[in-house]
Amino acid sequence: MLKDITFGQYIETRSPIHKADPRVKMILLIVAIVFIFLSKNFFALGVSVLLVLTVMTASKVPFKMYFKNLKAVLPIILVTSLINMFYGDEANGVLLSFWKITITYDGLSRAMFMALRIILLIIVSSTLTYTTTPNDLTDGIESLLSPLRFIGLKSAVHMLALMMTIALRFIPTLVEEAGKIMNAQKARGADLENGKLKDRIKALIPILIPLLLSSVRRAYELAEAMECRCYNGGEGKTRMKQLKVTAVDYVLSLVSLLFGAGIILCNIFL
Amino acid sequence: MDNIIEVKNVTYEYSTDQEIHTAVNDVSFGIERGSFTVILGHNGSGKSTLAKMLNGLYKPTGGDVFVDGINTKDEKEEIEVKRKVGMVFQNPDNQLVASIVEEDVAFGPENLGLQPEVIRKRVDDALKSVGMYEFRESTPHHLSGGQKQRIAIAGIIAMEPECLILDEPTAMLDPVGRREIVDTLHRLNKEKGITVVLITHYMEEAEKADRVMVMNDGVIIDDNTPKEIFKNVEQLKAVGLSVPQTTELLYALKQNGFNINTDVLSIEETAVAIAKSLEEK
Repeated sequence: MLKDITFGQYIETRSPIHKADPRVKMILLIVAIVFIFLSKNFFALGVSVLLVLTVMTASKVPFKMYFKNLKAVLPIILVTSLINMFYGDEANGVLLSFWKITITYDGLSRAMFMALRIILLIIVSSTLTYTTTPNDLTDGIESLLSPLRFIGLKSAVHMLALMMTIALRFIPTLVEEAGKIMNAQKARGADLENGKLKDRIKALIPILIPLLLSSVRRAYELAEAMECRCYNGGEGKTRMKQLKVTAVDYVLSLVSLLFGAGIILCNIFL
Repeated sequence: MDNIIEVKNVTYEYSTDQEIHTAVNDVSFGIERGSFTVILGHNGSGKSTLAKMLNGLYKPTGGDVFVDGINTKDEKEEIEVKRKVGMVFQNPDNQLVASIVEEDVAFGPENLGLQPEVIRKRVDDALKSVGMYEFRESTPHHLSGGQKQRIAIAGIIAMEPECLILDEPTAMLDPVGRREIVDTLHRLNKEKGITVVLITHYMEEAEKADRVMVMNDGVIIDDNTPKEIFKNVEQLKAVGLSVPQTTELLYALKQNGFNINTDVLSIEETAVAIAKSLEEK
Protein backbone atom coordinates (compact mmCIF):
# COMPACT_ATOMS: atom_id res chain seq x y z
CA MET A 1 0.00 0.00 0.00
CA LEU A 2 2.63 2.49 1.09
CA LYS A 3 4.88 1.65 -1.84
CA ASP A 4 2.39 3.24 -4.23
CA ILE A 5 2.94 6.68 -2.79
CA THR A 6 5.09 8.62 -5.21
CA PHE A 7 5.60 12.31 -5.09
CA GLY A 8 5.56 14.50 -8.15
CA GLN A 9 4.55 11.74 -10.59
CA TYR A 10 7.43 12.59 -12.91
CA ILE A 11 7.39 10.63 -16.18
CA GLU A 12 10.58 10.65 -18.25
CA THR A 13 9.91 10.80 -22.01
CA ARG A 14 12.71 13.21 -22.97
CA SER A 15 10.25 15.46 -24.79
CA PRO A 16 11.00 19.13 -25.60
CA ILE A 17 8.75 20.12 -22.70
CA HIS A 18 10.93 18.09 -20.34
CA LYS A 19 13.95 20.09 -21.47
CA ALA A 20 12.31 23.46 -20.88
CA ASP A 21 13.29 25.66 -17.94
CA PRO A 22 11.12 24.88 -14.88
CA ARG A 23 10.63 28.62 -14.23
CA VAL A 24 9.28 29.17 -17.74
CA LYS A 25 7.00 26.15 -17.37
CA MET A 26 5.62 27.42 -14.07
CA ILE A 27 4.92 30.89 -15.44
CA LEU A 28 3.33 29.46 -18.58
CA LEU A 29 1.15 27.21 -16.44
CA ILE A 30 -0.19 30.24 -14.62
CA VAL A 31 -0.71 32.02 -17.96
CA ALA A 32 -2.57 29.00 -19.36
CA ILE A 33 -4.81 28.81 -16.27
CA VAL A 34 -5.66 32.49 -16.66
CA PHE A 35 -6.50 31.99 -20.36
CA ILE A 36 -8.71 28.99 -19.60
CA PHE A 37 -10.59 31.06 -17.04
CA LEU A 38 -10.85 33.95 -19.51
CA SER A 39 -12.55 31.74 -22.12
CA LYS A 40 -16.10 33.11 -22.16
CA ASN A 41 -17.78 31.14 -24.94
CA PHE A 42 -17.50 27.66 -26.45
CA PHE A 43 -15.30 28.92 -29.30
CA ALA A 44 -12.73 30.36 -26.89
CA LEU A 45 -12.90 27.19 -24.83
CA GLY A 46 -12.37 25.25 -28.08
CA VAL A 47 -9.08 27.11 -28.56
CA SER A 48 -8.16 26.24 -24.95
CA VAL A 49 -8.87 22.58 -25.73
CA LEU A 50 -6.52 22.82 -28.73
CA LEU A 51 -3.86 24.41 -26.52
CA VAL A 52 -4.14 21.64 -23.96
CA LEU A 53 -4.13 18.93 -26.65
CA THR A 54 -0.99 20.46 -28.18
CA VAL A 55 0.76 20.45 -24.79
CA MET A 56 -0.36 16.87 -24.10
CA THR A 57 0.98 15.67 -27.45
CA ALA A 58 4.24 17.59 -27.14
CA SER A 59 4.88 16.13 -23.66
CA LYS A 60 4.84 12.60 -25.16
CA VAL A 61 3.24 11.40 -21.92
CA PRO A 62 0.60 8.71 -22.67
CA PHE A 63 -2.91 10.22 -22.66
CA LYS A 64 -4.14 7.58 -20.27
CA MET A 65 -1.83 9.00 -17.60
CA TYR A 66 -3.73 12.28 -17.85
CA PHE A 67 -7.09 10.56 -17.64
CA LYS A 68 -5.93 8.64 -14.58
CA ASN A 69 -5.55 11.99 -12.83
CA LEU A 70 -9.04 13.02 -13.89
CA LYS A 71 -10.63 9.95 -12.34
CA ALA A 72 -9.51 11.04 -8.90
CA VAL A 73 -11.26 14.42 -9.16
CA LEU A 74 -14.38 13.14 -10.96
CA PRO A 75 -16.63 13.80 -7.92
CA ILE A 76 -15.51 17.44 -7.81
CA ILE A 77 -16.24 17.86 -11.52
CA LEU A 78 -19.68 16.27 -11.16
CA VAL A 79 -20.70 18.30 -8.10
CA THR A 80 -19.53 21.60 -9.61
CA SER A 81 -21.31 21.07 -12.89
CA LEU A 82 -24.48 19.80 -11.16
CA ILE A 83 -24.70 22.98 -9.11
CA ASN A 84 -24.23 25.03 -12.28
CA MET A 85 -27.02 23.13 -13.97
CA PHE A 86 -29.67 24.70 -11.71
CA TYR A 87 -28.66 28.25 -12.41
CA GLY A 88 -29.81 29.25 -15.81
CA ASP A 89 -31.96 31.77 -17.60
CA GLU A 90 -35.43 30.29 -18.15
CA ALA A 91 -35.97 32.66 -21.06
CA ASN A 92 -33.86 30.38 -23.29
CA GLY A 93 -36.17 27.45 -22.79
CA VAL A 94 -36.73 24.89 -20.07
CA LEU A 95 -35.45 21.33 -20.55
CA LEU A 96 -37.45 19.74 -17.77
CA SER A 97 -39.07 20.82 -14.60
CA PHE A 98 -40.29 18.83 -11.59
CA TRP A 99 -41.15 19.71 -8.00
CA LYS A 100 -39.10 22.87 -7.23
CA ILE A 101 -36.29 22.09 -9.62
CA THR A 102 -36.06 23.42 -13.15
CA ILE A 103 -33.27 22.54 -15.54
CA THR A 104 -32.84 24.97 -18.39
CA TYR A 105 -30.88 24.61 -21.64
CA ASP A 106 -28.84 27.52 -20.42
CA GLY A 107 -28.02 25.69 -17.18
CA LEU A 108 -27.07 22.54 -19.05
CA SER A 109 -24.65 24.40 -21.28
CA ARG A 110 -23.17 26.14 -18.23
CA ALA A 111 -22.66 22.79 -16.54
CA MET A 112 -20.86 21.37 -19.58
CA PHE A 113 -18.79 24.51 -19.89
CA MET A 114 -17.74 24.29 -16.25
CA ALA A 115 -16.89 20.57 -16.45
CA LEU A 116 -14.74 21.11 -19.53
CA ARG A 117 -12.98 24.02 -17.89
CA ILE A 118 -12.06 22.00 -14.78
CA ILE A 119 -10.88 19.07 -16.92
CA LEU A 120 -8.61 21.41 -18.90
CA LEU A 121 -7.22 22.97 -15.71
CA ILE A 122 -6.39 19.59 -14.22
CA ILE A 123 -4.75 18.29 -17.38
CA VAL A 124 -2.63 21.38 -17.93
CA SER A 125 -1.51 21.35 -14.28
CA SER A 126 -0.52 17.71 -14.38
CA THR A 127 1.67 18.45 -17.41
CA LEU A 128 3.96 20.42 -15.09
CA THR A 129 4.45 17.59 -12.59
CA TYR A 130 4.70 14.95 -15.35
CA THR A 131 7.48 16.79 -17.19
CA THR A 132 9.46 18.39 -14.33
CA THR A 133 11.47 16.53 -11.69
CA PRO A 134 10.71 17.51 -8.08
CA ASN A 135 14.26 18.88 -7.82
CA ASP A 136 13.79 21.12 -10.85
CA LEU A 137 10.50 22.31 -9.38
CA THR A 138 12.27 23.23 -6.15
CA ASP A 139 15.02 25.07 -8.02
CA GLY A 140 12.42 26.87 -10.12
CA ILE A 141 10.40 27.96 -7.08
CA GLU A 142 13.54 29.19 -5.33
CA SER A 143 14.56 31.16 -8.40
CA LEU A 144 11.09 32.62 -8.98
CA LEU A 145 10.81 33.68 -5.34
CA SER A 146 14.31 35.16 -5.26
CA PRO A 147 13.06 38.75 -5.83
CA LEU A 148 11.74 38.48 -2.25
CA ARG A 149 15.31 39.04 -1.08
CA PHE A 150 14.84 42.72 -1.82
CA ILE A 151 12.30 42.95 0.98
CA GLY A 152 14.63 41.15 3.40
CA LEU A 153 13.29 37.62 2.94
CA LYS A 154 16.45 36.10 1.43
CA SER A 155 16.99 33.48 4.12
CA ALA A 156 13.27 32.65 4.08
CA VAL A 157 13.43 31.75 0.38
CA HIS A 158 16.58 29.72 0.93
CA MET A 159 15.01 27.88 3.89
CA LEU A 160 11.84 27.11 1.94
CA ALA A 161 13.89 25.59 -0.88
CA LEU A 162 16.02 23.59 1.56
CA MET A 163 12.94 22.33 3.37
CA MET A 164 11.43 21.17 0.09
CA THR A 165 14.68 19.46 -0.93
CA ILE A 166 14.98 17.63 2.39
CA ALA A 167 11.29 16.70 2.43
CA LEU A 168 11.57 15.20 -1.06
CA ARG A 169 14.74 13.37 -0.07
CA PHE A 170 13.17 11.83 3.06
CA ILE A 171 9.73 10.86 1.74
CA PRO A 172 10.88 7.43 0.46
CA THR A 173 13.02 6.87 3.57
CA LEU A 174 10.12 7.58 5.91
CA VAL A 175 7.67 5.57 3.82
CA GLU A 176 10.02 2.60 4.09
CA GLU A 177 10.36 3.12 7.82
CA ALA A 178 6.58 3.39 8.30
CA GLY A 179 6.27 0.05 6.49
CA LYS A 180 8.81 -1.55 8.83
CA ILE A 181 7.07 -0.20 11.94
CA MET A 182 3.68 -1.42 10.66
CA ASN A 183 5.09 -4.89 10.11
CA ALA A 184 6.65 -4.86 13.57
CA GLN A 185 3.34 -3.90 15.16
CA LYS A 186 1.45 -6.46 13.09
CA ALA A 187 3.90 -9.10 14.28
CA ARG A 188 2.88 -8.17 17.83
CA GLY A 189 -0.76 -8.70 17.00
CA ALA A 190 -1.84 -5.18 16.02
CA ASP A 191 -4.90 -5.23 13.77
CA LEU A 192 -4.68 -2.36 11.31
CA GLU A 193 -7.24 -3.40 8.72
CA ASN A 194 -10.35 -4.47 10.61
CA GLY A 195 -12.65 -2.95 13.16
CA LYS A 196 -14.53 0.29 13.49
CA LEU A 197 -13.07 3.55 12.22
CA LYS A 198 -12.36 4.62 15.79
CA ASP A 199 -10.41 1.43 16.48
CA ARG A 200 -8.45 1.75 13.26
CA ILE A 201 -7.46 5.31 14.11
CA LYS A 202 -6.43 4.15 17.57
CA ALA A 203 -4.31 1.40 16.00
CA LEU A 204 -2.35 4.05 14.10
CA ILE A 205 -0.98 5.65 17.28
CA PRO A 206 1.63 2.91 17.93
CA ILE A 207 2.84 3.50 14.35
CA LEU A 208 2.89 7.28 14.36
CA ILE A 209 4.75 7.72 17.65
CA PRO A 210 7.81 5.62 16.75
CA LEU A 211 7.82 7.24 13.30
CA LEU A 212 7.79 10.70 14.85
CA LEU A 213 10.55 9.82 17.32
CA SER A 214 12.77 8.41 14.62
CA SER A 215 12.17 11.47 12.42
CA VAL A 216 13.37 13.71 15.23
CA ARG A 217 16.48 11.54 15.64
CA ARG A 218 17.11 11.62 11.90
CA ALA A 219 16.71 15.40 11.84
CA TYR A 220 19.29 15.71 14.59
CA GLU A 221 21.80 13.51 12.78
CA LEU A 222 21.16 15.27 9.46
CA ALA A 223 21.80 18.64 11.09
CA GLU A 224 25.17 17.41 12.38
CA ALA A 225 26.06 15.99 8.97
CA MET A 226 25.11 19.28 7.30
CA GLU A 227 27.23 21.19 9.76
CA CYS A 228 30.15 18.93 8.85
CA ARG A 229 29.58 19.88 5.22
CA CYS A 230 30.16 23.54 6.00
CA TYR A 231 26.48 24.51 5.95
CA ASN A 232 26.05 27.89 7.62
CA GLY A 233 22.50 28.93 6.79
CA GLY A 234 22.98 29.49 3.07
CA GLU A 235 25.22 32.54 3.45
CA GLY A 236 27.34 32.89 0.29
CA LYS A 237 26.04 29.61 -1.13
CA THR A 238 26.44 28.98 -4.86
CA ARG A 239 24.77 26.39 -7.08
CA MET A 240 26.27 23.73 -9.31
CA LYS A 241 23.29 23.61 -11.66
CA GLN A 242 22.29 26.96 -13.14
CA LEU A 243 18.86 27.29 -14.71
CA LYS A 244 19.05 28.50 -18.31
CA VAL A 245 16.37 29.79 -20.68
CA THR A 246 16.92 28.15 -24.10
CA ALA A 247 15.30 28.08 -27.54
CA VAL A 248 12.72 25.52 -26.36
CA ASP A 249 11.46 28.01 -23.80
CA TYR A 250 11.00 30.74 -26.39
CA VAL A 251 9.07 28.40 -28.70
CA LEU A 252 6.92 27.23 -25.80
CA SER A 253 6.14 30.80 -24.74
CA LEU A 254 5.36 31.85 -28.30
CA VAL A 255 2.95 28.92 -28.86
CA SER A 256 1.17 29.64 -25.56
CA LEU A 257 0.79 33.33 -26.37
CA LEU A 258 -0.57 32.55 -29.86
CA PHE A 259 -3.26 30.35 -28.34
CA GLY A 260 -3.91 33.06 -25.75
CA ALA A 261 -4.42 35.63 -28.53
CA GLY A 262 -6.83 33.17 -30.20
CA ILE A 263 -8.85 32.87 -26.99
CA ILE A 264 -9.11 36.62 -26.59
CA LEU A 265 -10.13 37.09 -30.24
CA CYS A 266 -12.86 34.44 -29.87
CA ASN A 267 -14.08 36.19 -26.72
CA ILE A 268 -14.39 39.50 -28.53
CA PHE A 269 -15.70 38.57 -31.98
CA LEU A 270 -17.71 35.37 -31.52
CA MET B 1 56.73 14.71 12.60
CA ASP B 2 54.00 16.70 10.84
CA ASN B 3 50.64 16.31 12.54
CA ILE B 4 47.37 17.39 10.92
CA ILE B 5 45.46 16.92 14.18
CA GLU B 6 46.88 17.53 17.63
CA VAL B 7 44.86 16.41 20.66
CA LYS B 8 46.12 17.84 23.96
CA ASN B 9 44.82 16.64 27.35
CA VAL B 10 41.28 16.49 26.01
CA THR B 11 38.40 15.73 28.36
CA TYR B 12 34.68 15.69 27.51
CA GLU B 13 32.12 15.72 30.27
CA TYR B 14 28.37 15.82 30.00
CA SER B 15 25.76 15.86 32.70
CA THR B 16 22.50 14.01 32.92
CA ASP B 17 19.91 14.59 35.64
CA GLN B 18 22.00 13.67 38.63
CA GLU B 19 25.53 12.86 37.66
CA ILE B 20 28.39 14.01 35.49
CA HIS B 21 29.69 11.50 32.96
CA THR B 22 33.19 11.64 31.56
CA ALA B 23 33.05 10.34 27.99
CA VAL B 24 36.67 11.17 27.20
CA ASN B 25 39.22 11.51 29.99
CA ASP B 26 42.49 13.43 29.52
CA VAL B 27 43.48 12.03 26.13
CA SER B 28 46.49 13.26 24.14
CA PHE B 29 47.77 12.17 20.74
CA GLY B 30 48.63 13.44 17.28
CA ILE B 31 47.45 12.25 13.85
CA GLU B 32 50.27 12.26 11.32
CA ARG B 33 49.52 13.80 7.91
CA GLY B 34 48.87 11.12 5.29
CA SER B 35 48.50 8.28 7.81
CA PHE B 36 45.72 5.71 8.20
CA THR B 37 44.69 5.41 11.83
CA VAL B 38 42.04 3.14 13.31
CA ILE B 39 40.47 3.84 16.69
CA LEU B 40 38.97 0.68 18.17
CA GLY B 41 36.56 0.48 21.03
CA HIS B 42 33.29 -1.15 22.03
CA ASN B 43 30.03 0.80 22.38
CA GLY B 44 30.24 3.48 25.04
CA SER B 45 34.04 3.59 25.09
CA GLY B 46 33.96 7.29 24.16
CA LYS B 47 35.26 6.80 20.63
CA SER B 48 32.36 8.59 18.92
CA THR B 49 32.61 11.57 21.25
CA LEU B 50 36.34 11.73 20.59
CA ALA B 51 35.70 11.61 16.84
CA LYS B 52 33.22 14.49 16.98
CA MET B 53 35.80 16.60 18.81
CA LEU B 54 38.38 16.12 16.04
CA ASN B 55 36.54 18.47 13.65
CA GLY B 56 35.03 20.82 16.19
CA LEU B 57 31.49 19.42 16.11
CA TYR B 58 31.86 18.95 19.87
CA LYS B 59 34.14 21.30 21.81
CA PRO B 60 36.27 19.65 24.51
CA THR B 61 35.27 20.62 28.06
CA GLY B 62 38.94 20.38 29.04
CA GLY B 63 42.10 20.61 26.94
CA ASP B 64 42.37 21.60 23.27
CA VAL B 65 42.17 20.09 19.79
CA PHE B 66 44.27 21.70 17.05
CA VAL B 67 43.57 21.14 13.35
CA ASP B 68 46.51 22.26 11.23
CA GLY B 69 47.44 24.61 14.08
CA ILE B 70 43.90 26.06 14.47
CA ASN B 71 42.17 25.58 17.80
CA THR B 72 38.71 24.06 17.20
CA LYS B 73 37.34 26.40 19.88
CA ASP B 74 38.07 29.38 17.62
CA GLU B 75 34.58 30.27 16.33
CA LYS B 76 35.86 32.39 13.45
CA GLU B 77 37.63 29.36 11.99
CA GLU B 78 34.70 26.96 12.47
CA ILE B 79 33.99 26.50 8.73
CA GLU B 80 37.69 26.23 7.87
CA VAL B 81 38.19 23.46 10.44
CA LYS B 82 35.20 21.53 9.06
CA ARG B 83 36.53 21.92 5.52
CA LYS B 84 39.97 20.63 6.48
CA VAL B 85 38.61 17.72 8.49
CA GLY B 86 35.61 16.03 6.91
CA MET B 87 33.40 13.62 8.79
CA VAL B 88 31.28 10.64 7.74
CA PHE B 89 28.71 9.12 10.10
CA GLN B 90 27.18 5.73 10.72
CA ASN B 91 23.83 5.99 8.96
CA PRO B 92 24.16 6.95 5.29
CA ASP B 93 20.42 7.73 5.07
CA ASN B 94 20.73 10.54 7.58
CA GLN B 95 23.66 12.25 5.86
CA LEU B 96 22.35 12.69 2.33
CA VAL B 97 20.56 15.97 1.72
CA ALA B 98 19.41 15.87 -1.91
CA SER B 99 17.50 13.21 -3.82
CA ILE B 100 19.89 13.12 -6.80
CA VAL B 101 23.38 11.71 -6.19
CA GLU B 102 25.37 14.47 -7.90
CA GLU B 103 23.28 17.21 -6.30
CA ASP B 104 23.97 15.73 -2.89
CA VAL B 105 27.72 15.59 -3.52
CA ALA B 106 27.55 19.23 -4.65
CA PHE B 107 26.04 20.33 -1.31
CA GLY B 108 29.40 20.83 0.46
CA PRO B 109 31.17 22.72 -2.36
CA GLU B 110 28.02 24.85 -2.87
CA ASN B 111 28.18 25.84 0.80
CA LEU B 112 31.81 26.87 0.28
CA GLY B 113 30.60 29.32 -2.39
CA LEU B 114 32.64 27.89 -5.28
CA GLN B 115 31.95 28.65 -8.94
CA PRO B 116 29.52 26.29 -10.78
CA GLU B 117 32.26 24.91 -13.12
CA VAL B 118 34.59 24.22 -10.18
CA ILE B 119 31.79 22.45 -8.29
CA ARG B 120 30.97 20.36 -11.38
CA LYS B 121 34.59 19.21 -11.68
CA ARG B 122 34.93 18.45 -7.97
CA VAL B 123 31.66 16.48 -7.94
CA ASP B 124 32.74 14.39 -10.94
CA ASP B 125 36.21 13.77 -9.47
CA ALA B 126 34.81 12.86 -6.05
CA LEU B 127 32.28 10.43 -7.53
CA LYS B 128 34.98 8.81 -9.68
CA SER B 129 37.32 8.42 -6.71
CA VAL B 130 34.70 6.39 -4.81
CA GLY B 131 33.64 4.49 -7.94
CA MET B 132 30.10 5.90 -8.08
CA TYR B 133 30.40 8.11 -11.17
CA GLU B 134 27.98 6.04 -13.27
CA PHE B 135 25.30 6.51 -10.58
CA ARG B 136 25.56 10.32 -10.60
CA GLU B 137 22.00 10.82 -11.79
CA SER B 138 20.38 8.10 -9.68
CA THR B 139 18.28 8.48 -6.57
CA PRO B 140 20.16 7.44 -3.39
CA HIS B 141 17.02 5.66 -2.20
CA HIS B 142 17.49 2.98 -4.87
CA LEU B 143 21.11 2.21 -3.97
CA SER B 144 22.58 -0.25 -1.47
CA GLY B 145 23.84 0.82 1.95
CA GLY B 146 27.49 0.53 0.84
CA GLN B 147 26.82 2.64 -2.25
CA LYS B 148 25.00 5.28 -0.21
CA GLN B 149 27.88 5.42 2.24
CA ARG B 150 30.33 5.87 -0.68
CA ILE B 151 28.22 8.81 -1.86
CA ALA B 152 28.40 10.27 1.65
CA ILE B 153 32.20 9.92 1.45
CA ALA B 154 32.19 11.56 -2.01
CA GLY B 155 30.18 14.44 -0.54
CA ILE B 156 33.02 15.05 1.91
CA ILE B 157 35.84 14.43 -0.60
CA ALA B 158 34.31 17.08 -2.90
CA MET B 159 35.23 19.70 -0.28
CA GLU B 160 38.86 18.56 -0.70
CA PRO B 161 39.56 17.98 3.00
CA GLU B 162 43.01 17.05 4.25
CA CYS B 163 41.69 14.56 6.74
CA LEU B 164 38.71 12.23 6.71
CA ILE B 165 37.14 11.01 9.96
CA LEU B 166 34.67 8.16 9.80
CA ASP B 167 32.54 7.34 12.81
CA GLU B 168 31.58 3.66 12.46
CA PRO B 169 30.81 4.03 8.74
CA THR B 170 30.31 0.28 8.32
CA ALA B 171 28.18 -0.49 11.37
CA MET B 172 24.93 -0.59 9.38
CA LEU B 173 26.30 -2.36 6.31
CA ASP B 174 26.49 -5.98 5.19
CA PRO B 175 29.92 -7.63 4.76
CA VAL B 176 30.08 -6.72 1.05
CA GLY B 177 29.31 -3.07 1.81
CA ARG B 178 31.91 -3.07 4.59
CA ARG B 179 34.59 -4.38 2.24
CA GLU B 180 33.68 -1.67 -0.34
CA ILE B 181 34.05 1.10 2.21
CA VAL B 182 37.35 -0.09 3.70
CA ASP B 183 38.85 -0.61 0.22
CA THR B 184 37.66 2.86 -0.85
CA LEU B 185 39.26 4.42 2.23
CA HIS B 186 42.62 2.73 1.60
CA ARG B 187 42.54 3.85 -2.03
CA LEU B 188 41.78 7.46 -1.08
CA ASN B 189 44.59 7.32 1.50
CA LYS B 190 47.14 5.98 -1.00
CA GLU B 191 46.13 7.79 -4.19
CA LYS B 192 45.03 11.16 -2.87
CA GLY B 193 47.15 11.21 0.27
CA ILE B 194 44.11 11.96 2.45
CA THR B 195 44.68 11.32 6.14
CA VAL B 196 42.13 8.76 7.36
CA VAL B 197 40.89 8.23 10.91
CA LEU B 198 38.53 5.26 11.01
CA ILE B 199 36.52 4.65 14.17
CA THR B 200 35.12 1.15 14.39
CA HIS B 201 34.53 -1.90 16.52
CA TYR B 202 35.34 -4.33 13.72
CA MET B 203 38.88 -5.64 14.20
CA GLU B 204 39.30 -6.81 10.60
CA GLU B 205 39.08 -3.20 9.43
CA ALA B 206 42.21 -2.39 11.40
CA GLU B 207 44.40 -5.01 9.67
CA LYS B 208 45.88 -2.76 7.01
CA ALA B 209 46.07 0.45 9.07
CA ASP B 210 49.34 2.23 9.88
CA ARG B 211 48.35 2.64 13.49
CA VAL B 212 45.69 1.36 15.86
CA MET B 213 44.48 3.01 19.04
CA VAL B 214 42.33 1.06 21.48
CA MET B 215 39.86 3.01 23.60
CA ASN B 216 38.11 1.92 26.75
CA ASP B 217 36.22 3.96 29.34
CA GLY B 218 37.26 7.25 27.78
CA VAL B 219 41.00 6.61 27.75
CA ILE B 220 43.39 5.23 25.14
CA ILE B 221 44.73 1.99 26.56
CA ASP B 222 46.93 0.98 23.63
CA ASP B 223 48.48 2.76 20.65
CA ASN B 224 50.61 0.75 18.22
CA THR B 225 50.83 -0.99 14.84
CA PRO B 226 48.03 -3.51 14.14
CA LYS B 227 50.35 -6.51 14.51
CA GLU B 228 51.55 -5.43 17.95
CA ILE B 229 48.00 -4.61 19.05
CA PHE B 230 46.61 -7.99 18.09
CA LYS B 231 49.34 -9.79 20.03
CA ASN B 232 47.58 -8.68 23.20
CA VAL B 233 44.63 -10.97 22.69
CA GLU B 234 43.79 -11.10 26.39
CA GLN B 235 43.73 -7.32 26.75
CA LEU B 236 41.48 -6.87 23.69
CA LYS B 237 39.08 -9.47 24.97
CA ALA B 238 39.06 -7.79 28.39
CA VAL B 239 37.75 -4.54 26.87
CA GLY B 240 34.98 -6.30 24.97
CA LEU B 241 36.62 -6.49 21.52
CA SER B 242 36.94 -9.64 19.51
CA VAL B 243 40.22 -10.31 17.72
CA PRO B 244 40.31 -11.35 14.04
CA GLN B 245 39.59 -15.05 13.55
CA THR B 246 43.11 -15.69 12.23
CA THR B 247 44.71 -14.19 15.34
CA GLU B 248 42.35 -16.13 17.55
CA LEU B 249 43.28 -19.40 15.80
CA LEU B 250 47.05 -18.80 15.98
CA TYR B 251 46.78 -17.75 19.60
CA ALA B 252 44.86 -20.92 20.50
CA LEU B 253 47.38 -23.09 18.63
CA LYS B 254 50.28 -21.49 20.48
CA GLN B 255 48.62 -21.96 23.84
CA ASN B 256 48.23 -25.64 23.04
CA GLY B 257 51.93 -26.16 22.51
CA PHE B 258 52.48 -25.35 18.83
CA ASN B 259 55.63 -23.41 18.05
CA ILE B 260 53.95 -20.91 15.80
CA ASN B 261 54.47 -17.35 14.60
CA THR B 262 51.50 -15.27 15.86
CA ASP B 263 52.84 -12.15 14.21
CA VAL B 264 50.62 -12.38 11.10
CA LEU B 265 47.10 -11.17 10.26
CA SER B 266 45.93 -12.09 6.77
CA ILE B 267 44.42 -15.49 5.92
CA GLU B 268 47.27 -16.33 3.49
CA GLU B 269 50.00 -15.48 5.99
CA THR B 270 48.19 -17.52 8.62
CA ALA B 271 48.02 -20.54 6.34
CA VAL B 272 51.77 -20.27 5.66
CA ALA B 273 52.52 -19.95 9.39
CA ILE B 274 50.45 -23.04 10.23
CA ALA B 275 52.06 -25.05 7.43
CA LYS B 276 55.52 -24.06 8.63
CA SER B 277 54.72 -25.00 12.20
CA LEU B 278 53.41 -28.41 11.06
CA GLU B 279 56.60 -29.05 9.06
CA GLU B 280 58.72 -28.37 12.12
CA LYS B 281 56.84 -30.98 14.14
